[in-house]
Parts: sequence; structure tokens; C-alpha cells
Amino acid sequence: MALIRFLIRRILTGIVVIWVVASASFLLFFARPAETVARSLAGRAASPAVLQNAINQLGLNQPILVQYGHYVSRLVHGNLGFSYYDQESVNTILKQDLPPTASLVAGAVILWLIVGLGVGILSATRARSFFDRFATFGVLAGISLPTFVLGELLLLVVFLPLNEHGFHWIQDGYVGPSGGLGQWVGHMVLPWVTLATVQAAVYTRLSRGSLLDTLGEDYIRTARAKGLSERVVIYRHAVRAAMTPVVSQLGVDLGALLGGVVVVETVFGLGGLGQVSVQAVDTDNLPVIIGFVIVAALFVVVANIIVDMCYALLDPRIRIT
Amino acid sequence: MSVGAGDPPPQHDAGVAVGVPPGSSDAGTDDILVRVDNLVKYFPIRSAELFRRTVGQVHAVDDVSLTIRRGQTLGLVGETGSGKSTLARCIAGLIPVTSGRVWFEDRQITNLSRRKMQPFRREIQMIFQDPYGSLNPRRRVGSIIGEPFAIHGLASGADRKRRVQELMERVGLNPEHYNRFPAEFSGGQRQRIGVARALALRPKLIICDEPVSALDVSIQAQVLNLLADLQDDYGLSYLFIAHDLDVVRHVSNSVAVMYLGRLAEVGPKAPIYEAPRHPYTAALLSAAPAADPESAAQRQRIILVGDIPSPINPPSGCRFHPRCPKARDLCAEAEPALEPRLGDPDTHLTACHFPIEAGESLAAAGRRETP
Amino acid sequence: MSIATEFAAEAHATESAPEQAIEGRSQWYLTWRRLRHDRVAVGSVVVILIITLLAIAAPLFVSLTHHPPDSTYPLTGTTAAGLPVAPGVHGFWLGTDDVGRDLFIRILYGARVSLFVGVVTTAIAAAAGVSMGLIAGYFGGWVDAVLARFIDAVLAFPYVVLALALAVVLGPSLPVIIGVISFFSWAAISRIVRGQTLSLKEKEFVEAARSLGASPWRIMFLDILPNLLAPVLVLATLAIPQAIVFEATLSYLGLGIQQPTPSWGNILAEAQNFYQEAWWFVVFPAAALLITTLAFNLLGDGIRDAMDPRTERVFAAGRKRRRRGRAPARTVAVTAAAGGPEQPSSAAS
Repeated sequence: MALIRFLIRRILTGIVVIWVVASASFLLFFARPAETVARSLAGRAASPAVLQNAINQLGLNQPILVQYGHYVSRLVHGNLGFSYYDQESVNTILKQDLPPTASLVAGAVILWLIVGLGVGILSATRARSFFDRFATFGVLAGISLPTFVLGELLLLVVFLPLNEHGFHWIQDGYVGPSGGLGQWVGHMVLPWVTLATVQAAVYTRLSRGSLLDTLGEDYIRTARAKGLSERVVIYRHAVRAAMTPVVSQLGVDLGALLGGVVVVETVFGLGGLGQVSVQAVDTDNLPVIIGFVIVAALFVVVANIIVDMCYALLDPRIRIT
Repeated sequence: MSVGAGDPPPQHDAGVAVGVPPGSSDAGTDDILVRVDNLVKYFPIRSAELFRRTVGQVHAVDDVSLTIRRGQTLGLVGETGSGKSTLARCIAGLIPVTSGRVWFEDRQITNLSRRKMQPFRREIQMIFQDPYGSLNPRRRVGSIIGEPFAIHGLASGADRKRRVQELMERVGLNPEHYNRFPAEFSGGQRQRIGVARALALRPKLIICDEPVSALDVSIQAQVLNLLADLQDDYGLSYLFIAHDLDVVRHVSNSVAVMYLGRLAEVGPKAPIYEAPRHPYTAALLSAAPAADPESAAQRQRIILVGDIPSPINPPSGCRFHPRCPKARDLCAEAEPALEPRLGDPDTHLTACHFPIEAGESLAAAGRRETP
Repeated sequence: MSIATEFAAEAHATESAPEQAIEGRSQWYLTWRRLRHDRVAVGSVVVILIITLLAIAAPLFVSLTHHPPDSTYPLTGTTAAGLPVAPGVHGFWLGTDDVGRDLFIRILYGARVSLFVGVVTTAIAAAAGVSMGLIAGYFGGWVDAVLARFIDAVLAFPYVVLALALAVVLGPSLPVIIGVISFFSWAAISRIVRGQTLSLKEKEFVEAARSLGASPWRIMFLDILPNLLAPVLVLATLAIPQAIVFEATLSYLGLGIQQPTPSWGNILAEAQNFYQEAWWFVVFPAAALLITTLAFNLLGDGIRDAMDPRTERVFAAGRKRRRRGRAPARTVAVTAAAGGPEQPSSAAS
């Protein structure tokens, strides 16, 4: 029951967060002269007649509170609005672009956690070994490497030579898994690596440090003293305790991940929410941007709730109240 | 002075003034420097949420009244968690009190704003327990001792330096060390720095919160002697906190024993040490190591059972009853008043239903009560 | 050289000059000594200095090559097919870009943007982060509850998304990028400062200051802040490369520095269509970016290691107890250098 109460409270807080984000976007975009808004919706080259038409159609000269009311009620009904150019629903646009983004995020998160935690644990248990020193340098290199540079470099040194030599499995662009799992992986493998590398470096450092701290604790010495095998000490006792700060960091980083998504989608031409949004900036397509902002907030909120639940399950000291 | 539930709050009168030497109980109130009336301090326990609900309270100080006389020392004794440090901080105005009053020279200083408290800061100073933690490791000694002058805008520049160096000399530090950092001094020297800082504004009261318990025994005496000298020279009053009765014996004129936020026994030094009425006082006395092994062998040790209970849910009736060798049914039901017992003068107050009589063996009582 | 001998040498040095501060100096002094012996850190400093000098001297190279950063050279700077020319050809040291501009000069001018953004945003973020962290940690209560939630929210918020939104409303520009990057950098500093403040404000020296009548501001900035300088310095050093990466990423996405002003990010954005024909167009700006961020990260790590011997303590878990019990001079050196709020030990006198 405590869990359900916790969930309900977190969901309510989440709704508040999304409301704040939505209202902030509204203020940012619509609390300006109607003309300006209409222009940014209708495009830079729009004629005065088109502008007037847009103002009327969108009710831009109504009082700001009335507009805000419409805006919120639209959102409550799950309607993110319409792209002004082609009258296409923003929901539809975003829904079309969800699969590449979802594939990218899911694969990259799995890869980043496996590599980050794995290398971190191996480094910590072999502190000061050659492997550890190598990993530590790799971490610094990974942190220093901007995602887009890594993507470009991968294209340059992996994708290009392979394709020149008739090896066409690895591709750019996006093909869904329905067309064959192998093909999907071939298209996604470079984006996954690109997106996961920076985060994996951060997580290697984090889990290594956390595990080293834990291994210095008295209770670990006690566990060793009572004759448990090193394996049990490390994996049953230390790793479990060391992973809690790592998990709590995960909630924070999922937000930063979205930034990486935008970059990776652009580098590899995957389509997807991020690339569409960047393109929307070029065309001043406001409703798409607002839609993306709200979807991003939703993602961050949901991810944080899930992470907090995992955190509570992992750390017996944290009681959900 | 404690009251049972439902009793009207007791009126403060000259009769319960503590620290009055026997036979002079009708002395005027002019020489009372600080009076604490029915002081209560509860710390709320909050849930860890954005809108923190109060889920319980720590009864740190519960209805304590006492007085500190001009030029004298009141020793305040109790185990860790008895609320003595909290009481000191309430008197010093460092934390707001839940209810009750603190008077300083007939002026009420309870829960004043920082600005209104400022003049009293000059009169009431503190010396802290931890000679390491109480000095900012990143500031030079001159700046630490001179800080009171800086805060109150009293002296600056060369004048401040001169006055700080005078203070350093007065507390037995080398004034040449003006520019050193605290880490370059020993524990005892650091405590002298703390004393100099407390002395800077020539306060009337110095609250010493276990000033020697972190020091080596050989150093303790030096610091205690310094405090005694300063008291003679400047007519200071001390509220001297300690967790055992041994240290307090040498410096106090009168003693107050606290247990779980309440006063167990208060009175002039001699009767408290020679004929303690409260079983808790007796237990504290018997726990102190004796310098003389022969008397130690004769002395009966009273071992208290268990730990001090949680101040979140203090025991009913007399708070000491779960650990008291003399406890009977009444002790769990009714709270004993803090009043003169067994014909004591009205300066010696005990909160116990069954106070110890002269010549009574507490250890024997404990044996008899234990099934 | 062991820490104990270093300390002894240090203690000896101060005997001749009693007016000098041992402890305060030794914390920074020991850090400095260790840093000087860290070859990687020294190398990083050298690299950073070289890059900085190159960026400052960029106009000098313009007068040397007669290639202003925005000038295109359609005749000499592009091949017959309209492609960039290779390094060394026609006096273009690192070749040209797609419209025939001197890549070397543009990378130098890009360095100016990167370093400027890195340093300015870090200064803003450090000032804001320290103030907010101090306020949240010191005042506690609802102030802290609100600020802590806000910090968490900022940390979790995807910065590219905000940059997208602001780019639409305000148009991409240098002040906007500096604003966005500062806004996302202060929170990380703030969170750590808040945590440290929470533990520092429980120290008795803070209570002592309060009992003297010090105002909250005086306590925060004169008593607590000096104890936080070391961790803040490390955080700031590590925030600079992050800011540089942020800027490059935003410029790469077209949300940052706009052409024709060169930035490593927007050079790389143009280069992506030419990596088959002109490797230098990709490799040199990418290398400049990588070397700069790596140097700052290595330096930050070096400073952290030099200040915080904790890592060593964990490695030498067995030695820990011995050190605590027996070698006081060593303990002083270790804690003094730790720079954190740890209590210094008493052995020096």
C-alpha cells in the first residue's frame, strides 16, 4: 500500500512538473505580440493577409488567459496542436518519429549500463592494475569526446571504409525492426555506440568510485573476516550497496540523454523526435517544438519515477513512505 | 521544578533559586544574572518530503527552571542526550525555545530576533566542546579572536590587533602566533583560543559546553585553572556543562543534574556531592573513578541498567524509573515534583518520590527490588 | 618523496618565518607540489597555455598568412571541382573549408569562441552555483526544499531541448548560448556546494560565529565559503570542458554560433558533408576540440587527486589504521591537503 501511495504522489508531482513546463513554454512562445507569434507560426515570408488569417484562426488576439485556457484544455485532451504549414497533427508527426528515437534510447541505455557498470566494477576490483589505468584513461577520453565528434569519427573510420570494401551491413538512416532484425541492428549499431560512449564513461567512473568507497567500509572487512569468498563479498555485499548512488544518478542522466538523442539522430540521419525538432527550428515550426518540449518533460518525469522505484527496491534503507 | 499533567504552571519565586548558598536563601534578586523559567524545547521530527509533516517530537528540554548568580558557576551535569547542551543553546539564544522564558538581568531575552539579540550577544558568550570543530580551519587565529570586534564594530585595524594580542597573552598564548592557523596549535591551546574569543567582548556570562571533555586529563586542569582565574579577575559567571560530576566539582558553586530533559536534582555543591537525594545523582557519583583506590573499593558502585531511553517517547511518570534501582509502581504513574525532600533547605531540590536517606545503601535497594 | 617528509620540510620552512601561515599555505602548497610532480597535469597545463596563446595570437597569424577568417579564396582555396584544398597547398597550412576559407585561421578563431564560452559560463555558473548552494544548504527549511527540487529539475532537464526552444524565440546568438550553458552548469556545482554546506553548518565554528552575533551572510561567505574553495576549484576546472562541448554541440546543431563566425561546432557541421573528400576538414577541428577538452579534464582530475588523497587511502586500506594511529605529521599533511571540511589534526604544534 505504501508503494501505491508513493506512486500516486509521484505521479501527482509529475503532473505538476509537466504543467510547469507546459506553462513556461506557453509563456515563452505566446506571451508576445500576436503579430510576432503569427509570423513565427506562419513562416517568415507570410503575407499580411496570411498573418491576419493565422491570428484569427488561432485566436491570437484573444486575451492571453483565454488563450492559455484553450492551450491547457487542448493538452489535457492529449492534443499537442497542429503544424501550421500542412495542418498535420503534431501528435501524428511525433508518433511517426517515435520508433527511431525509442530504438536509439533503449539500445543505448542497455549498452551504456552494461559497459559502464561492467568496466567500473572490473576496474574497482582490480584497482591500479593495467586494466584499471587503461579504463581510467578511456573514461577521460570518453568524457572529453563530444557525442557529435564521436559520431562523425565513426562515420569516417568505420562506416566509410566498410562500405567502400563492399561490407554493407552497417548503414546510416533508419530501418525499423519489422524489416528484419539484422538490418535494424545494422542501422542502429553506430548510433548506439555513439550515444552510449559518453554516458558509459561517466558511469564507469561513478561505479568504480562508489565500489571503491564501499570496499573500504568496515562491514566489508567484517564480511571478509568471517570467511566469505571474495566473490560473495564483492558481488553479494559490495556491488549491491555501491549501485545505489549509481541508480539515483540514472534519473538525472536520462534527461541529458535526450540532448544526446538530438545530436545522434542528426549525425546519422535517423529521423526521430530530435532531428525533427532541430529541423523545426530551421522552419520556425513552433507547435512541433512545443510538442517535443512537453514530450521530453513527460519522458523525464516517467523515467524518474521508474528510477526512484528501482532505487527504493535496491536500497533497504530507503523506505517508501 | 517539574509538574504533573494538569497542574497549574508553578510560579517562580525566590525560594527555588538555585545556587544560593545555604542560609542565605532570602538574599535579594540583584545578584541573579540569568533566570530560566519553565523552559521547554521540543524538536519536531519531520518526514522527508517537500511539505514536511511533523511526525513526532524530541523532548529535549522539558520544563526546566534554574538561576545563575553573578560571579558564580552553575554546573550542569547529565549523560549524552539529557538535553544539557540544548538548554545551553536556548539560553544563548542560538535556537528558539518552544515555551518558557529566559531572563538576563531582568530583561526577557527569549526568542528575540537576531537584531534585538545583538546587544545580549556581547553579554553571553560560549566556549565549545570540540577544540577542533569550534575554530574555523581556514581562518587565522587573529581573525578568529578578533571576529567579535569585527561583528560588533568595536575595534579595527591596529587597535583590533593590539586587543587580540592582549587577549592571547591573557589566556596564555604567544601573541606572536597571531597569524597562525588553528591546525598549528594543540588541543589545549585551541581551547585557549576559544576562551580568548569568548572573553573578547567582556561578557557577563560564559556558557562552557563541556570545555574540557575533549582534552587530555593533564591539559584539563590547565584550562580549568585558566577559567577560574578569569572568573576571579573579571567577575564572570559560568554555566558549566559536563557529562560527569567529577569535573564540575572543582569549578561549581552549585550543581544541576539533568536527566532526559528534566532536572533530577539541583542544589549547592556540598549536599549534592555528600548526600545526593536522587538515585540518578548517586549513580553518576558512583560511576566516577576515584583517585583513591581504597575508597573506591569501599564505595558501592551502582550500575545503571540499559541506555538512556529515547527522548521521543520519554517514560511515563518519573523519567528515570525504568533504570532506577528504587523504582516502585508509583514512579511509573506520577511525575515527582522538584522540591525540597527529607527536610532539605529550599535551595536543594529533588525530583524523586523515594529520595535517598542518609546512610541508605542504594546497591542494597537495587538488589531488593530486582526479582 | 613521501608526504611525511614533505610536511617536515614544510614545517621546517616555516620555523624561520613564524609570521607565515603554515596550514593555510600548506594546503594549497602541498596541492601545488603534488600537481607539479604529476606529469599528466603539467602537460595539460602546457597544452592549455599553448591553445590559449594561439587563440590570443590569432590576429597575428592572420597578418602572417593574409587570410582573414571570413575571407573566401575561390581561386586558390578550392580545387577545380570546387572541393577544399589539402593542407599545405597554396599556403593554407591546414587546408581550406568547403567555400575556400583558411581552415587553420578558422580553427584559431574557433578556439577564441570556445575558450571564451568555457571560461565565462564557468565563472557565471560557479558564482551562481556557490551562492544558491550556500543559501539552500545554510538556510534549510522550505528555502532548501524548493531550491533542491529546482536543482534536481534543472539537472534532469534536457539542455538541448531548452536550447531548441530559446533558439526559436530569441534566435541563436552568443549571449543565448552563454545563458543556456550557464543555466545548466550551475546546478551541478550548486548540488555539491549545498551538500558540503549542510555538513559544514553543523560544525561548531559556525555555531560559534552565530553565538558572536554574526549575520547569516557573514557566516556563509566568511566562514563556510573558504572551506569550500577547494572542491569548487575542481568542479570549475571540470565545468570548463563541459561548457566547451556544450557550445560545440549547440553550434553543430545550428543552435549556437552562426556562420560566418567560426566555431569548432559549426566548422564540423559543415565538414560532415565532406568527410569523404576532405578528411582534414573533419579531423583538425575535431582534434582541436578533443585536445582542449581532454587537457582540461586531465587537469581537473589532477587537481582533484592532488587535493584529495582519499583515492589513495582506499587503495591503501591496510595502511589507513596505522597512519591514523602513529604518524601524526602525516595525518596533518593528508587532511590539510584534503581541502574538504575535514577537521585538521592537532599534531603540528
